[in-house]
Amino acid sequence: MKKVNLICIGCPLGCPLVVEMEGSEIRSVTGNTCKNGDAYARKELTNPTRIITSTVRVTGGTLPVVSVKTASDVPKGKIFDCVRALKDLCLSAPVVTGQVVAADIAGTGADVIATKDIDKI
Amino acid sequence: MTEYDLVIIGGGPAGLAAAVAARKAGLESILILERDNELGGILNQCIHNGFGLHTFREELTGPEYAGRFREQVQELRIPYKLNTMVLDLAADKTVTAMNGEDGLFCLHPKAVVLAMGCRERPRGALNIPGYRPAGIYTAGTAQRLVNMEGYLPGRNVVILGSGDIGLIMARRMTLEGAKVHVVAELMPYSGGLKRNIVQCLDDYGIPLKLSHTVVDIQGKERVEGVTLARVENGKPVPGTEEHYPCDTLLLSCGLIPENELSRGAGVEINPVTNGPLVSDTLETSIPGVFAAGNVLHVHDLVDYVSQEAAAAGENAARYIRSGGTGTGRAVPVRCDGGVRYTVPASVRLSDLDPEQTVTVRFRVGNVYQNKRILVYAGDAPIYRRKARVLAPGEMETLGLKAKDLLEHPEAEQILVTLEDA
Repeated sequence: MKKVNLICIGCPLGCPLVVEMEGSEIRSVTGNTCKNGDAYARKELTNPTRIITSTVRVTGGTLPVVSVKTASDVPKGKIFDCVRALKDLCLSAPVVTGQVVAADIAGTGADVIATKDIDKI
Repeated sequence: MTEYDLVIIGGGPAGLAAAVAARKAGLESILILERDNELGGILNQCIHNGFGLHTFREELTGPEYAGRFREQVQELRIPYKLNTMVLDLAADKTVTAMNGEDGLFCLHPKAVVLAMGCRERPRGALNIPGYRPAGIYTAGTAQRLVNMEGYLPGRNVVILGSGDIGLIMARRMTLEGAKVHVVAELMPYSGGLKRNIVQCLDDYGIPLKLSHTVVDIQGKERVEGVTLARVENGKPVPGTEEHYPCDTLLLSCGLIPENELSRGAGVEINPVTNGPLVSDTLETSIPGVFAAGNVLHVHDLVDYVSQEAAAAGENAARYIRSGGTGTGRAVPVRCDGGVRYTVPASVRLSDLDPEQTVTVRFRVGNVYQNKRILVYAGDAPIYRRKARVLAPGEMETLGLKAKDLLEHPEAEQILVTLEDA
């Protein structure tokens, strides 16, 4: 039996998790204070993923950039592919919260959506 | 100028939550004053996720979290003035402000909520030797430049201080194509949340050097490099210097509540938090002036800011409705055993409703393991909870049952302390 210590990144509480593993099989997760902690530990040790947040250029708006996020999490190894795919994108104002900015980013199946309204000037 | 019963100074997370809660508590006449050109405060530049898990049961980015509150303010038709700078708050609660539309104006509210937030400790307050070249920014300034104004402040970066904004910016600059060489932290522990060390530094292989500081900045026109050294007993150790060529130094060395207005009004300030001393209703030493959010004490989670500010808004509404503050004896809340401060600093025992909960928030001064948090009313223990890990970067919250406090009406003080578990 192997014990792995993780820190849950599900929310800013950062619960210290202890995962008991038998080979590559997860036997138990303790130390979490909500069910997200259990799910995080199981995922982090098999297929680690992250939500990516970044910005995308906007023309004709009240600000030159709009904040965006992936609508679902993407594999950790794909983070740089995703931000590279956003680099040359340019939107026209107005942009509204929730608007899909890029569909299926870098082949991850996740859409990138705006997280802020940018009004037209 | 139209007069309002409640004026809220600041339209960030604290101000918005206070306004929404005051309106929901039945108060009609409310005005929010905000100096920026939009509501939402610092959340607008915090584009990362992790906000709102407690408040909305989902994980939002800063702009989305601000958007939820902005919508509520608009639905409840709470008026606000943007681009408006409050210049002065007087002891009689006269608010003097100005903007481009109304010019200079005075308001005479019955109650005020202070929600001005905090600002970053700048280089000038850190005593770092060296020239003053371009390329030195506070982490929050860099965050605004990257996330709202579309500029990358530098390509080769060293970060001093491991506060949350510094950690978040280490990741953000990396994603924007910069190389973050190292994060140096003076203290032997990080000032930021554990999750941010995992997902902002560890994920990207950025080293965190604890007990290290910047001892020299090279470059005259632009930063060309910095020298780090190990620190022991608060002093750099000769011979441990390491040179890092870089063009940018970001500073994430602590936040200071912004209390110029509070001080001007004569509000009593806690020297530990640099925020007002408040009672359990979040009322400052001036009756009818309430405080919440980072102007009161620096929070780690915006969800807690919203909760605290909602309480301040409700209490301000109650103050206006009842025409004054309760008259109960204020029992001081003291701290010991590694607890640095508590909010509130006093509890008006006889004004408590037996069914209510008194929220006490505090921070510790060092990293502690396997402790028990204990609260005494006089000599009687009324609360205990195990704490596996306590760290200065994380705020603790206790819910004391009013009924337990009221069993000790003669208590001289309430003590919050840590003991070995």
